[in-house]
Amino acid sequence: MADVLVNAPKTAKRGAVVEIKALILHPMETGFRPGPNGRIIPRNIIERFTATWNDAEIFSMDMSPAISANPFVSFFAVAAESGVVRLRWTGDEGFVVEEQVAIAVE
Amino acid sequence: MTALRFGIGLAIVFAASYAFAQGMADKGGADKRRSGYRDMGEALQKMQDDDTANPGMLFVQLGSQSWAKAAGAAGKSCADCHGAAATSMKGVAARYPAFPKGADTAVDLEGRINLCRTANQQAEKLPPESRELLALAAYVARQSRGMPIAPPADPRLAPLRAQGAAIWAVRQGQLNLSCVICHDDNAGKKLAGVTIPQAHPTGYPIYRLEWQTLGSLKRRLRNCLVGIRAEAYAYDAPEYVMLGLFLMDRAKGMIVESPGVRP
Ligand code: HEC
Ligand code: HEC
Repeated sequence: MADVLVNAPKTAKRGAVVEIKALILHPMETGFRPGPNGRIIPRNIIERFTATWNDAEIFSMDMSPAISANPFVSFFAVAAESGVVRLRWTGDEGFVVEEQVAIAVE
Repeated sequence: MTALRFGIGLAIVFAASYAFAQGMADKGGADKRRSGYRDMGEALQKMQDDDTANPGMLFVQLGSQSWAKAAGAAGKSCADCHGAAATSMKGVAARYPAFPKGADTAVDLEGRINLCRTANQQAEKLPPESRELLALAAYVARQSRGMPIAPPADPRLAPLRAQGAAIWAVRQGQLNLSCVICHDDNAGKKLAGVTIPQAHPTGYPIYRLEWQTLGSLKRRLRNCLVGIRAEAYAYDAPEYVMLGLFLMDRAKGMIVESPGVRP
């Protein structure tokens, strides 16, 4: 996917705490700003971010209009078994982006 | 359901967790020049230093995709002619603005990219501050990160640079201020809570938090012009290239940080 930068270790020791970082291109338009024509620009934000590790949710958050454009999220998880971490952003105007990374646990 | 046990940490929005020692400190000793990087808080410095937290890197990634994509009537991509940017574009951003071969005037990096769009790809010019142009510029400039700013010795640049220096020194706008008054005479002091930087073009294109997006040196210069209530030059005006030449010469030897982060 073009507009996402995900950083996670490719390998991890069993039981280790790993950090996963994700940056996504998104305007996070608040819905409170007037545009050049004086009319309010419709709200267009990411509403929810979730992360799963082998389909079990490990992290999620709601986003609000106060979060800046191109939001950066960083969180930690315990590496219990090899698998796929799936990141999913959903929001206004049918916005859905998914990205996945594989982490091998030794 | 599953026996997996995952600890969940807290999310840190806009706080990078590690910063690599980037050695971007400007030369010490007698050299009193400091990049705007050094006037920012530690959190922003870390954001710039961490490629996985620096939002400018999103644009670098977009730029790397444009680099490989064929465009225009020639059906060629940048990569078709230039190969790997890591080698062909290394040091390029550190020496622009410059005279392209056969051209009768100097252009900045964005202008040079647009020359390749029109002459070599036979495609439309990319509009100023458009996402694709900024992304390409960021991708090209990224290849010079860590290199010293090195304006070319080309004598044809001297008169343009001198014109840039004249614009730098002249008072203008309803506030009747010159660039000198803020960036030479009062750099390091506060203006409405903001530290006035020395105005070195070390990080362009920059991700400016106030803009919430990437922007060119031109956009930054327009901001300062509007700030002193002067009329900003038209987007294609030569004054930006002149100022760019002057600023790059003034910052000669300082280290390219692109894509920089600024408040
Ligand atoms: C058909 C071939 C061709 C294509 C396609 C092309 N270029 Fe070029 N480019 C050139 C040539 C030739 C030069 C001039 C080299 C010189 O002056 O020695 C050049 C010069 C440049 C320079 C200045 C390099 C320097 O050392 O000063 C930049 C930057 C550049 N191109 C970027 C791009 C980008 C970005 C694209 C894609 C949007 C692109 N080019 C597409 C042929 C091409
Ligand atoms: C009233 C004071 C003032 C004047 C006059 C002024 N600027 Fe600025 N300039 C600033 C401030 C303050 C900033 C930093 C803004 C911020 O960080 O939010 C800045 C930022 C800059 C930067 C960005 C530096 C970086 O680290 O990226 C450049 C370049 C610049 N100015 C050039 C100019 C030029 C050229 C002129 C004259 C046309 C000019 N400025 C006139 C106050 C001024």
